[in-house]
Amino acid sequence: MATKAYQRIYTRLEAITKATVSLKAKGVANDELAVVGGRLAQVVKTRGDLVTLQVFSGTEGIPTNAEITFLGQPPVLKVSDQLSGRFFNAYGHPIDGGPEVEGEVREIGGPSVNPYKRRQPSELIPTGIAGIDLNNTIVSGQKIPFFADPDQPYNQVMADVALRADVDKIILGGMGLSNDDYLFFRHAFEDAGAIDRIICFVNTTEDPPVERLLVPDMALTAAEYFAVDKNEKVLVLLTDMTLYADALSIVSNRMDQIPSKDSMPGSLYSDLAKIYEKAVQLPTDGSITIIAVTTLNDGDITHAIPDNTGYITEGQLFLRTDSDSGKVIIDPFRSLSRLKQRVQNIKTREDHSQVMNAGVRLYADAQNAKTKLENGFDLSDYDHRCLQYAKEYATRLLSIDVNISINEMLDTAWELFGKYFTKAETGIKQSLIDKYWKGR
Amino acid sequence: MKTTGKVTGIVSNLVTVQVDGPVAENELCHITVDGTPLLAEVIKVNGDKASVQVFESTRGLKNGDPVEFLGRMLEVTLGPGLLSSVYDGLQNNLSTMESVFLKRGEYTDPLDHEKTWEFIPIVFPGDTVVAGDWLGEVKEGWLPHKIMVPFSFKGEFKVKKIIPAGNYNIDMIIATLTDEAGESRYITMTQKWPVKVAIKNYREKPRPRKIMETGVRCIDSFNPIAEGGTGFIPGPFGCGKTVLQHAIAKQGEADVIVMAACGERANEVVEIFTEFPELIDPHTGRRLMERTTIICNTSNMPVAAREASVYTAMTICEYYRAMGLKCLLLADSTSRWAQALREMSNRMEELPGADAFPVDLSAIISNFYSRAGMVVLNNGQTGAVTFIGTVSPAGGNLKEPVTESTKKAARCFYGLEQNRADQKRYPAVNPIESYSKYLEYPEIISWLDENVKHGWVADVLKAKNTLRRGREAYEQINILGDDGVPISYHVSFWKSELIDFAFLQQDAFDSVDALCPIERQKYMLDLTLELCDMEYQFDDFEKCRDFFKELINDLRQMNYSKFHGKAFEEYAAKTRKLAREYGN
Repeated sequence: MATKAYQRIYTRLEAITKATVSLKAKGVANDELAVVGGRLAQVVKTRGDLVTLQVFSGTEGIPTNAEITFLGQPPVLKVSDQLSGRFFNAYGHPIDGGPEVEGEVREIGGPSVNPYKRRQPSELIPTGIAGIDLNNTIVSGQKIPFFADPDQPYNQVMADVALRADVDKIILGGMGLSNDDYLFFRHAFEDAGAIDRIICFVNTTEDPPVERLLVPDMALTAAEYFAVDKNEKVLVLLTDMTLYADALSIVSNRMDQIPSKDSMPGSLYSDLAKIYEKAVQLPTDGSITIIAVTTLNDGDITHAIPDNTGYITEGQLFLRTDSDSGKVIIDPFRSLSRLKQRVQNIKTREDHSQVMNAGVRLYADAQNAKTKLENGFDLSDYDHRCLQYAKEYATRLLSIDVNISINEMLDTAWELFGKYFTKAETGIKQSLIDKYWKGR
Repeated sequence: MKTTGKVTGIVSNLVTVQVDGPVAENELCHITVDGTPLLAEVIKVNGDKASVQVFESTRGLKNGDPVEFLGRMLEVTLGPGLLSSVYDGLQNNLSTMESVFLKRGEYTDPLDHEKTWEFIPIVFPGDTVVAGDWLGEVKEGWLPHKIMVPFSFKGEFKVKKIIPAGNYNIDMIIATLTDEAGESRYITMTQKWPVKVAIKNYREKPRPRKIMETGVRCIDSFNPIAEGGTGFIPGPFGCGKTVLQHAIAKQGEADVIVMAACGERANEVVEIFTEFPELIDPHTGRRLMERTTIICNTSNMPVAAREASVYTAMTICEYYRAMGLKCLLLADSTSRWAQALREMSNRMEELPGADAFPVDLSAIISNFYSRAGMVVLNNGQTGAVTFIGTVSPAGGNLKEPVTESTKKAARCFYGLEQNRADQKRYPAVNPIESYSKYLEYPEIISWLDENVKHGWVADVLKAKNTLRRGREAYEQINILGDDGVPISYHVSFWKSELIDFAFLQQDAFDSVDALCPIERQKYMLDLTLELCDMEYQFDDFEKCRDFFKELINDLRQMNYSKFHGKAFEEYAAKTRKLAREYGN
């Protein structure tokens, strides 16, 4: 983005905050990029001649006489097949030592797909993890976040999911990723030999927080290129959206906007929706699936960030540590995939939804038995069986370190039902019991 | 001469314009950016500065860009062809747009100008007519779509000429009217109306007097909504708001359904486009899509148009109501609309009310709800707009401004509960907290007496009371333990579970259970209450539990079986037999 000849250079800033600068300038377009003292900035507000710019890397050390030039265009990404296998920063510049990408210039954060042109998502994405495939099946074109406390291994799970999923491209948008996690993703992708179908846009904790705001749009612009232009199945991983939202609140705060719940900007819902709604199943077989991470504060899903996310996404996958088995599991009660009905029993075996429901219901009975135990009441024989079942169910199916096919998951569930329960206790339809029941 | 202006300030989609002439509040304007006109609406005027909200992305807009005011407010085009259409919040037809992506500044015609309709005149030359009177009709699907004297016409008119029956397109002049001054006015099949103004060409708006069936037991029996009534469904995410709304859309006893997808997920709207054309309307046997209009402004579409979308939907309903039809408007979700208002108020730097919402939020919401209602038209016929909105309270907490404001405006409250959803007790409508004010209306009580059963409301209240007592017993059991309470507490608790499982819970995905007509609801409630009225004796609480579990299972099987079919009758007989073993 070199400056053009005869371009007006401004040299006087009227105001500076930690994230924004203001100056008097003419003929400036909304959303346009500018360079302020060598740093990239974007127009966020104009009032008469006074233009306010959001400086992505922060304003530390910018003097009132800094040089400002306007670039005449909003943030862009050059798209072509050369993106494959590359690592970029939030501005779309390579950080892997490779050459700049050549290709068509596209504005990031472009328009939405006409809802009428969408197709109903209907293709299963198997991940090998039973907490997902069995209980919360994911479908291509879906958007779903992991809700997890910061101590959960969400990035590892996400990398596993990405590498096992049968997709053409995996695009990682890392926001406030620790350097260690960035290197973890990089090695995981390299070790899997999957590097040529990976594209990464990374903002690490070492980079300024406001830069993060560009990452999802960069990742999704690349995703749209492959999904719309190349009809490919694209999986976009966004981690961590909580840090993205925090960056939004920093900017709105510096612009003196009135905060709403949890000091988040009033537009948080729309801001998040603009990103998540890029998930789409196109009629041409191309699709964008988004798996994101929203870190929680002590499991609190009523905070504005997870709350707004839950209203936007098609379910959520809730990670927690199971105290009985000591494993990290995908919580069957608080997790949900809204699109699972689109594939269960259709793309999977006929007994899928019944086995899923019975498995979760019996696990719920075990939780009730546990409460009874804690409150000092006597347990019945059924309660004892439930507790034993719960432990094995958590270890062999809910745990995130499981990697088996969906049929194996179903067979495992039948095995557990047969081991601990009578046919009637499972409440499964008779015709399925006749066909699949194992044991007594 | 038209007022023009130029852009002097931009914050996201709030643009300040310096104007050179008069402008009106809510007047529309076009802001031209690189040759593309963007639609915007005036929301505040201060001196020669007008603040306008732009219905599109303002990327690339510059100070000094030209603005032209249009001298009208946001309007919808009303005429044959609205049904089975899919529009955005500004009534652009989404199905006729060509590109995969929504193009900024692309506006498409809401109605098909080529298609011809079979027109039959109703009036004769020499007749006197006023605004809203029916001049003729065309068949839109199976509905008689009346062509009316435009609502904006003031005073009396004489019919000078009316076109004979035949096939015409919507632009054909079907009638010529003369006003009191003798001027001729030409009427086509379409007219325009500003969305923020209610259509009031009716004689009176009486109190609702009958219920609108939805086929959902926890609504129709427990908390019925009246035809022309208002209700709302608040609930945290994942509680089945959308499933419940879709059930009402599929089964609601109405001639016309308008669904406003306001700031919600695009895939949910896709589900409607994909499924409705295949589904059959249980009341008429016609395809559901034929009676449905979808206004779709999903969460990623421009925020300002979200507000417009609910008004557009309401205006279309009022138009069909003026034809003497029963309309049902479903808006999902009104919270997103309120959030759009909040974003704008925030950018205008207005002093905020609670949770940073604008202070007039409550007034705006109640004003909107008041547009619903049953009306008596000038010709004595009746029409109705029933409105059900969903609310998405932040964090599932009902003590927030949108829920509280809506509670003041809507007459029915269907509170979805996280706890019930977690236990998979669907629909997750809380049976004790939810209410319908219509159960207190003497008109509705007597309608139910005549059309369902004499003393029906008393039965419903009795069932509610059984639930309440059951819950109290449950709390005692929880504190004192299964053995720490008399068996009668267990009986009381299980009677409430019987009503919950056998009557309130309903499987929206089962082909039989999904739709339960009021006659069947009456049968099931009678049977459930008959079983609850009996006195039972058990030796221990486990016997009690096993007995009721079996009873519940049989009643649930009835819900899955054909009404009065063989299996249904067998299960009914079995429950009565079982009940007599332990009770009398």
